[in-house]
Formats: sequence, C-alpha cells, structure tokens
Amino acid sequence: MKNTFLNKKNLTWLILGVAFFFLIQLLIQVGVITPYYRVTMYWICLFAILGVSLNVIIGVTGQFSLGHAGFMSIGAYSAAVVLRSMPNLTGLFIGMAIGALISLFVSMVVAIPTLRLKGDYLAIATLGVGEIIRIVILNMKITNGASGISNIPYLISWPLMFFFVFVSIMFSANFKNSAIGRACISIKEDEIASEAMGINTTKYKVMAFMFGALIASLAGALYATTYYVIKPETFGINNSINILVIVVFGGMGSLTGSAVAAIVLGIINNVFQPLAEWRMIIYALALIVIMIFRPQGLLGTSEASLKTIFSLDTYKNALKGLIDLVTLKKFRVAAASTGKGKQR
Amino acid sequence: MLEFLQQMINGLSIGSIYALIALGYTMVYGIIKLINFAHGDMYMIGAYVGMISVTTFKLPFVLALPATMIVTGVLGVVIERIAYRPLRKSTRVAALITAIGVSFFLQNAVSRIMGAKIYTFPPVLDNRTFMFYGLRFNTQQIAIFVTAILLMILLQVIVKKTKVGRAMRSVAVDQDAAKLMGVNVDRTISLTFAIGSSLAAAAGILVGIYYNTINPLMGFAPGLKAFVAAVFGGIGIIPGAMIGGFAIGLIETMVSGYGSTLYKDAVVYVILILVLIIKPSGLLGKNRKEKV
Amino acid sequence: MSLLKVEHLTKNFGGLSAVSNVSISVEEGELVGLIGPNGAGKTTLFNVLTGVYTPTEGKVLLTKDGKTVELNKMPPYKITHQGVARTFQNIRLFKELSVLDNVKIAMNNEARYGILGALFRSVNFYKSEAAIDVKARQFLAKVHLDELADVKAKNLPYGKQRQLEIARAMATGAKLLFLDEPAAGMNPQETHALTDFIAKIRNEMNLTIVLIEHDMSLVMSICERIFVLDYGKLIAQGSAQEVKNNPRVIEAYLGEEE
Repeated sequence: MKNTFLNKKNLTWLILGVAFFFLIQLLIQVGVITPYYRVTMYWICLFAILGVSLNVIIGVTGQFSLGHAGFMSIGAYSAAVVLRSMPNLTGLFIGMAIGALISLFVSMVVAIPTLRLKGDYLAIATLGVGEIIRIVILNMKITNGASGISNIPYLISWPLMFFFVFVSIMFSANFKNSAIGRACISIKEDEIASEAMGINTTKYKVMAFMFGALIASLAGALYATTYYVIKPETFGINNSINILVIVVFGGMGSLTGSAVAAIVLGIINNVFQPLAEWRMIIYALALIVIMIFRPQGLLGTSEASLKTIFSLDTYKNALKGLIDLVTLKKFRVAAASTGKGKQR
Repeated sequence: MLEFLQQMINGLSIGSIYALIALGYTMVYGIIKLINFAHGDMYMIGAYVGMISVTTFKLPFVLALPATMIVTGVLGVVIERIAYRPLRKSTRVAALITAIGVSFFLQNAVSRIMGAKIYTFPPVLDNRTFMFYGLRFNTQQIAIFVTAILLMILLQVIVKKTKVGRAMRSVAVDQDAAKLMGVNVDRTISLTFAIGSSLAAAAGILVGIYYNTINPLMGFAPGLKAFVAAVFGGIGIIPGAMIGGFAIGLIETMVSGYGSTLYKDAVVYVILILVLIIKPSGLLGKNRKEKV
Repeated sequence: MSLLKVEHLTKNFGGLSAVSNVSISVEEGELVGLIGPNGAGKTTLFNVLTGVYTPTEGKVLLTKDGKTVELNKMPPYKITHQGVARTFQNIRLFKELSVLDNVKIAMNNEARYGILGALFRSVNFYKSEAAIDVKARQFLAKVHLDELADVKAKNLPYGKQRQLEIARAMATGAKLLFLDEPAAGMNPQETHALTDFIAKIRNEMNLTIVLIEHDMSLVMSICERIFVLDYGKLIAQGSAQEVKNNPRVIEAYLGEEE
C-alpha cells in the first residue's frame, strides 16, 4: 500500500465512480431512464445505503440488529420537520445534520448496555429499541402522530443521491478496511480471543453500531424527500426486515454484496410489479431458502474488488450461485445424502 | 383500591393469554435454543383456524378449541420439519433469520388467502357481566382464565409425569446424551413444537373471543410481548413463562390504566431491555458465562 | 522484584472455591509450569490472571517499568495492554482471517489514527497501516510463519495453529505469556517441535512464560520451576525433580490408592 491517497486502487475506484455517475446522468438526459425507472433507481440507491450500513453492524462486527429502520426514521423525521419551515436543500442538510446527531446520541445510549448481549438476544433487544422509537414518534406532536408528515418537498436528484451513495459506501468500506474494521471483524470471529488480544470490544461494537445508525439516518432523510410522505409505520419492523433481506442475500460481511443485492432486488421488484402482493411472501420464502441452501449469500464475506469486477469468473460464480439457489441444487444434494443416511 | 383490583382482574385475563404464548417460546428455546420468531404468528393462525371452525363448521367452543389446537399443532410440526430442522447444526443467528422468514411468510400468506381485512370473531361464549363487591367480572374473562389455567396444569402434568415429558427434559439438557439413551430426539422436538403451537392456538381463540376481531398482523405485538414474558421469567423454564406472562399482562394493564395507553407497548419493550441487561437469565434462571 | 506476584488469590463460584488462597510469584525471564489433575483450577487461575474472571479475593501485581500495576481490577484488554497475553485451551484463532490479519489484530494498538482518520483516510492512516504491515510481516518471519502469511487460519495444520496462537499472543507486545495446554492434542513429533519453539522464542525475545500442560515430558524438559494445584490450592512448588518426589503431588495425581 502506498503512503498516500493517490494510489492506483483509489484512483481507479474514483474514476469508475465518476464514469458511472456520468453514464446514468447521460441516460437520464437522453430519456432512457424515465421518471418511472428513476423511482426504482432511487429505491435501489436508498436500500444500498441502508444495506451496506446494516452490514457494517451485522456482517462485519457480528452484532445482530433489527432496529435499523428506527434510526432511519429519526433521520427521515428530522429532515421532514426542518423542511417544513425551510423547504430547500439547506433545510435538507440541516435536517440531516440534526437527524445524524440524534441518531448518534440514541444509538450510543442504546448500544452501551445492549451490546453486552449476544446474538439472538441482541436481535430482540434492538427490535424492541426500533419499536420504542416508532412508538415515541407515534406519540409526539412535532411528528404529527399516526398520520405522519406529508407534502415533504421533493429535492432529490441524481447528483445528490449519487453523492450520498458514493460517500456512505466509501465510508463503510474505509471503516471495514482499517484497524477499526479489523478489530470489529475479530469481535465477530471470537469475542473472547479479541478481548485477550487487547481489543476493547465494547468500544468497537458501540462504534460500529453508531456508524451504522448515522448512515441509516442519512438514508432516512433522503427517503423523506424522495417519497414526500412518511408515517411511523413506514419505519416499522417490515422495513428492518427489508434491509435484513438485502444484507443476508448479498452476503453477511460483504459490503459490495449488499449493494449488488439492492440492485437485484430493486430490479426484481420492478419486473414483478404485477405480483406486488406476493412480494412479501417471496421475500419471506427467500430468507428461509437462502438460510437453508446458501447461508453465505451471493458473495459470502468476500468483496467485489477491482480484480474481480473485471474478471469473468466472478460473474460465472455469482450466476452459478444464483442458479443453484433457484434450482434448489443443495436441496437435491441434501435430500440425496439424507436418503443415504437413512439406509444405513 | 377497587380500581386497582379491577385492573388486576383485567391484567390477569390478558396475562393468561401471554402466558400461553410464552410457554411455546420457552419450550422451543429450552429444547433447541431457537427464538421461534414465528411463534406469535402461530397464535394468529390459531385465531383464524378457530374462527373457521366456529363459523364454517359450526363447532361449539368445547370442540373448536381442541380442533384448532390439533390443526395448529400439526402446522407447527410441519414448519419445524421444513424450515428449522435443516438448520439445526448452523448458527443461532441463521436459525433466527429463518424464523423471521417463517413469521413473515405466515403473516403474508394469511393476508393473501383471507384478505388483509379485519374479521369479526363470532360470539361463541355468552358475554355476561356481573358484579361482585363492586368488581366487574365478565364470563369471557373467567372462561379465558380458567381455560388457560387448565391448559397450564395439563402441560405441567405432561412435562413432569409422562415419558414424553421426560424425553423433552432430557433433550433440553443434552441432546447427544439423550440420543445415546435411546430418546428419539427428532420426534421429541417435533412434539415440543406441536405442544407449543397448540398452546399458542388456544391463546389465539381466547383472544378472538375476548377482543372480537382478528387480523393477519395480530400476532406480532402479542408474540413479542409473550417473548418478553418468557425472558422475564427465565427463558427455557416453564413456570417462568407462566409467571412472566401474568406479570407482563398486569404491568401492561396497570400502565394503560394509570399512565398512558399510548406508551403501554413501549413500557413492555423497556422491560425487555432492562431484564436482558440486568438479569438476562430471567427471574427464575441462573446466570451462566461462556466457558473459556 | 518479581515480575508477577499473586497474593492470596481466591475465586469462588457460588459455594465452590475453584481457586483458593493461591500465592505465587514469577521472576522475569522464567519459564514456569502449572500442573495439577483435571479440575484442579489451573484454567480458572489463568482466567483470573488475565481478567476473564474477577477474583473474589486477593491481588495480582505486575511489575512494569519499575512500577507495580494491579491487574486484578482490569478488564482483559487492559491487562493485555500491560504486556500480558495468553492462549486458550481450545484454540481461539480468528479462523476466517489470514495469518497476517490475526497478527495485525494483535498489533491493533499501534494504529495511530482514530475513526475520522479511518473514514477519511488521513495521511496518518496510510503511514500507520504501512508500518503495521511491515511490522507484522517482520514478526511473522521471526516466528517462521511468514510463508503462511496469506493462508486462512482455519486452513493451517493443527500444530501450526497452536504456534500461530502463541505468536499472536506475542504480537500484542507481551512480555509475560500464559499458555493454556499448548501441546494438547499433539503427537510426540509436534510436541517436540513445539517445545523447541517455546524455548527458542523465550530466549530470542526475552519472554517470561507460564504454561499449563498435561504432557509431563514437555513440562519436565523445559520448565525451570513448577507449581502444582489441587482442588484450587497450591500444594507444591519447586524444580521438576523436587515436585516429582513430593508426596503430596504423588497423592494428588494417584489418589488414595497410594
């Protein structure tokens, strides 16, 4: 690794990012991406941010959180409230900043005691936290209770969305690929050994949790201005599960996996629009099927890197994984082997 | 004082429903260390099956209750067989994610089949209110309370006095050792799911009777509260689930009676987090630390 | 002044005393064995010394830079920062990570940047990461694991995993190592190689080592002093020869048949 930012790896990512930005911008300008498709595109962007940030908590640090939508709602409501009196970009940014501060504070208060819990207990505790946030918002005056806030000014644009997608994925990747990220991964691998190696496990767990909450609240603010209307129920457990599906599908521990999963699910949602009522059923079945047949998700813990992006094998493997999943290949293998087991 | 006693009565009847659901959570957790997230939805299924057996098949309450319990119990076994058994060797988080998937599948499948609308549960028990020293009693409340207590006694008898119960307790302590001693582990786990699901189904019918309405999402909040009850009493411990269920029912009615109805759910979650932090092993449990 | 001084250490679990009133001291540069029958409280003693458990009574004192530090009130990670590290009976490597990353995590304290430095990739980030990389590779070369640097820990042969766990503990910068049954599950050749490895690193890196071991050939051949625990009590200490002939030790191992 070179000693400065200006190394080949960073520059290539930067160029790829900029190229991608202008490609989409061009497609919007010439009308290939119609406003209709833009809705899907923004959905993908929002859930990529949410998925990647939740993955920092679940996949990298190994702390199972089901309260992500709660932090998203803090960002969304902060932005919506500020935008009421300041319906412009400045208002949005101020709202984001306020939401970020509240999220950081709430996540810290929540994290320090609850992160002592392990695995499934933590999941339920964070689910409780998410519900508490929802109930508090439901009962507050400033958030307009159950009817929520509507007529939020539509300020989203591709450059704005791209900026936040790029920054949050970059920050998440930088988080993971640092001494802090290594400490977090070691906690996921073996918390006791990690502590014995001099890692202050509580500190790093809280850090990962706060980082995830911060990014989620930014995504929440973008959500508010993209969809005009927010209600407490928008950010209920359904939404946390949506984000979880993305993390699990892309691979717990693979940030790029979450981004890819958001794209795939966004497209699937769009293609199967006529089957919208079946969507939650399909999601639910997908969770079960993935856990049974391919618990590592699309990419496992590995990241798509520059090398793999340009290598055909990556796509072959991903495609193979997808085909295995769809055709329930492992099920057939497992069925064959249990059949043998019974004969013995 | 009278007001307080009245709240106690209301709290105990709703608490007995939480206790019934909590029993299923605790039994399944005790035996395979899985938080069966979909358990609250078994209770919802129970309410629907109960409604169908009362309206379509015109069964009286005394027959509808066991019929519903059997149907839902079988469904519980099927779910265990398809979704949980393949994951018995994988991580607990993987199993939890699957359970979340099952929960969402049940909710959405029911709302697809039955429609997302709210159904009215037919009045199978006559609803008379009578006064006793100034306290209001309601025949439905009494029926709920009595049914719940009878089922809990039945469960205690099964677990403590029968061969099946002994098998369940042995699997809970050590699956491998139980297998070596000739216990059919798979069948015992199936049976645990059957019993847990049928208790939840009973709770579903009772709630249908009590609140008159049922809907596909009705399982989520009571399911979570019942889980809180199980944790409160000490998850994996059967009497703990009963105590926890009554405790949560009482706390909830007291909060909505004396405080604010709006925050009654939030209070339950706060209790959950406090219990998990202060004494994660619950009221009746022993603290255990990971072996190093 | 002794490097490590344990004074009247007691650890109770409920009514059970897993370690009771143990007082020992270890001099700098020593290689000491801790033996005793199964369930004698050896691992519990290690757990108390490394902060996994807090002692019921007693003190653990470490001499560091001429000053005395009280370890018994510190959490495990702070004890590690004082230059005390350990291995585990059932190997606890970061299995999915490479050998190099296992070592880098042990060196995490050397990172000279905070969360903002990491997120924005400050100059310090690049400097620090490069320095850690160089240091970790040099360290691996020293312990003869450099050729395996990019192998996932779980793919190492068993003997190498044990070796890596010791190396990882050393990489924290520890001067005092607690090794919990380093030769458990090894065949005689592997045990022999490990014995050489331990002797060598101690001399080369000027370490003090306390090890729990059931393999008596290993203990007798390299430990200069041996402590014997039985039912949580210290029943004997001294050279291999002294301990071997101590009637209380023989009784503890062979029981009442004697």
